[in-house]
Amino acid sequence: MVKRYGAITAVKGVSFCVPRGEFFGLLGPNGAGKTSLIRMIYGFSPLSEGELLVFGKDIGTQWRYIRSRIGVCQQDNTLDPDLSVEQNLHVFAGYFNMKPAETRSRTDELLEFFALQHKRRSKVMDLSGGMARRLVLARALINNPELLILDEPTTGLDPQSRHQVWDRLGALRERGLSLLLTTHYMDEAASLCERLLIVDHGKALVEGSPQELIEEHAGRNIIEISPAPDGLLAFLEAKGAAYDDLGDRIVIYAGAESGLEETLRTRFCIDQCTIRPAGLEDVFLRLTGRGLRE
Amino acid sequence: MSVRYRDISWRFLKVLHRDVVVAKRLWKVNFLVPLLEPAFYILAFGLGFRTLIGDVDYAGLKLTYVEFLAPALIASAVMWNSFFETTFGSFVRMYYQKTFDGILATPVSLEEIIVAEMVYAALRSTAAAAIMVAVLTPLGFVAFPACLLIPLVAFLGGMVFAAAGMIFTGAIPTIDMFNLPIFLFITPMFLFSSTFFPMTDVPVWGRVLSWATPLYHVVELTRGLALGAMDSDPWVSLAYLLIASIVLGDLALRSMKRRLVK
Ligand SMILES: Nc1ncnc2c1ncn2[C@@H]1O[C@H](COP(=O)(O)OP(=O)(O)OP(=O)(O)O)[C@@H](O)[C@H]1O
Ligand SMILES: [Mg+2]
Repeated sequence: MVKRYGAITAVKGVSFCVPRGEFFGLLGPNGAGKTSLIRMIYGFSPLSEGELLVFGKDIGTQWRYIRSRIGVCQQDNTLDPDLSVEQNLHVFAGYFNMKPAETRSRTDELLEFFALQHKRRSKVMDLSGGMARRLVLARALINNPELLILDEPTTGLDPQSRHQVWDRLGALRERGLSLLLTTHYMDEAASLCERLLIVDHGKALVEGSPQELIEEHAGRNIIEISPAPDGLLAFLEAKGAAYDDLGDRIVIYAGAESGLEETLRTRFCIDQCTIRPAGLEDVFLRLTGRGLRE
Repeated sequence: MSVRYRDISWRFLKVLHRDVVVAKRLWKVNFLVPLLEPAFYILAFGLGFRTLIGDVDYAGLKLTYVEFLAPALIASAVMWNSFFETTFGSFVRMYYQKTFDGILATPVSLEEIIVAEMVYAALRSTAAAAIMVAVLTPLGFVAFPACLLIPLVAFLGGMVFAAAGMIFTGAIPTIDMFNLPIFLFITPMFLFSSTFFPMTDVPVWGRVLSWATPLYHVVELTRGLALGAMDSDPWVSLAYLLIASIVLGDLALRSMKRRLVK
């Protein structure tokens, strides 16, 4: 897929495939092109170049079929402030041509699933951030979608609400739902997604399961030493070790095989020295750099 | 991005339904304006101006000024209602509330959203006209039963002004810039489309300019139905409004697609 906005190329040829039933995550810094990709997938933006099949159908011609089988939670809040919580779901069901009886039962089911029954008649404006986000999710599920597309579903939520959302998504996984998710929370990606794609500057960097990515790109343990003692950099160069020099701090990616970790611990851990298991965040920062975006 | 007419189906009614659900919540405010507005004008012109303005000759009839003015009030309400709805109303839904973005995640096309917005605006014009007819008919300003056709004219005229408003909504960068088309087009139409004075004593160029505006034709048709006589040919006015609604409707769809397809 390629996406251009006038002179800007936001997506520069990204390909990926999500099998049915998989929870797939898109990671990338601000402006990487995640939302642009997602908008093409649900037919909001036309592709500038390339080909895109959803459920085996072309989004350009079969968009109505595709959209009737997916649920989308957009990055911006698009809840209808003119309508109550319940009306938001009812009106949305209408767009999917759902029958009134089905709409009512599905609405009750979802309000209960997302613990929103008591807010049924509230105005959307009066909901807290967490409740609004849950309502967006409920709305995205109104048509019983086979594929759920979530663009940063838990941004701005407290840990309680995030865990609640994750629990709900976990429950949906059991029912065979496929998920395409973008997030800036590495723990969210690691715990929810079976496979991840990291994108930056509109290009795909790496793809794999969270575990694979960590092993391949961050090693087993991370050793942070600050400030760098004499001879450390020379030693790392000589060993061919993977590390980032942040000036006041050296971050070393220690794989399982070499005796690197042991040597560092004994020879260089003088002042401040942390050893911790490598995580997805290390992979992310290593691959996309530490510079600020946009 | 070109307009795809094959993407327009009856599903637009679902979006229309949304607007109607919202309108129902605000129905008291929505009804009050068309109910009171003609009353204010009639009081002002009937009581205040009675001694200043004499009778008006129109289509062979001798009318008091208020009799001449009343049908034009309905016609201008048609204009204001639908133009406001597709400018300020639609802009808020599109830009601030992101309502259209939300709908575009469902099996509804952008074309259907725009059509629904325009039809809703025209229905508001229709409702306003119907309420005004209900107020003005018992007072003797509008003839029964021809007045029953006025809401139909209001719908057609409403579509024209709704489409015109939508063209600006697709093109305008910020909401306060709607003052410009209102100042340049809507207010002059309100004043010069045979609303407040008949065209008989106006020089030819003025008559031609006036004839070219859609409001003139809505005023004429409303007056024809209210008074049982009109200065011009009703079929010409109907044809004008029909063609204008189709041409402007197409331009409105283009304008909005250019703005919203990213
Ligand atoms: N409608 C648009 N018009 C012009 N440029 C755009 C538009 N939408 C996005 N862009 C640009 O495309 C690039 C990718 O943006 P996109 O929103 O896809 O990033 P993202 O990965 O979703 O970022 P974030 O994490 O901040 O949401 C950015 O440089 C952005 O400025
Ligand atoms: Mg984004």
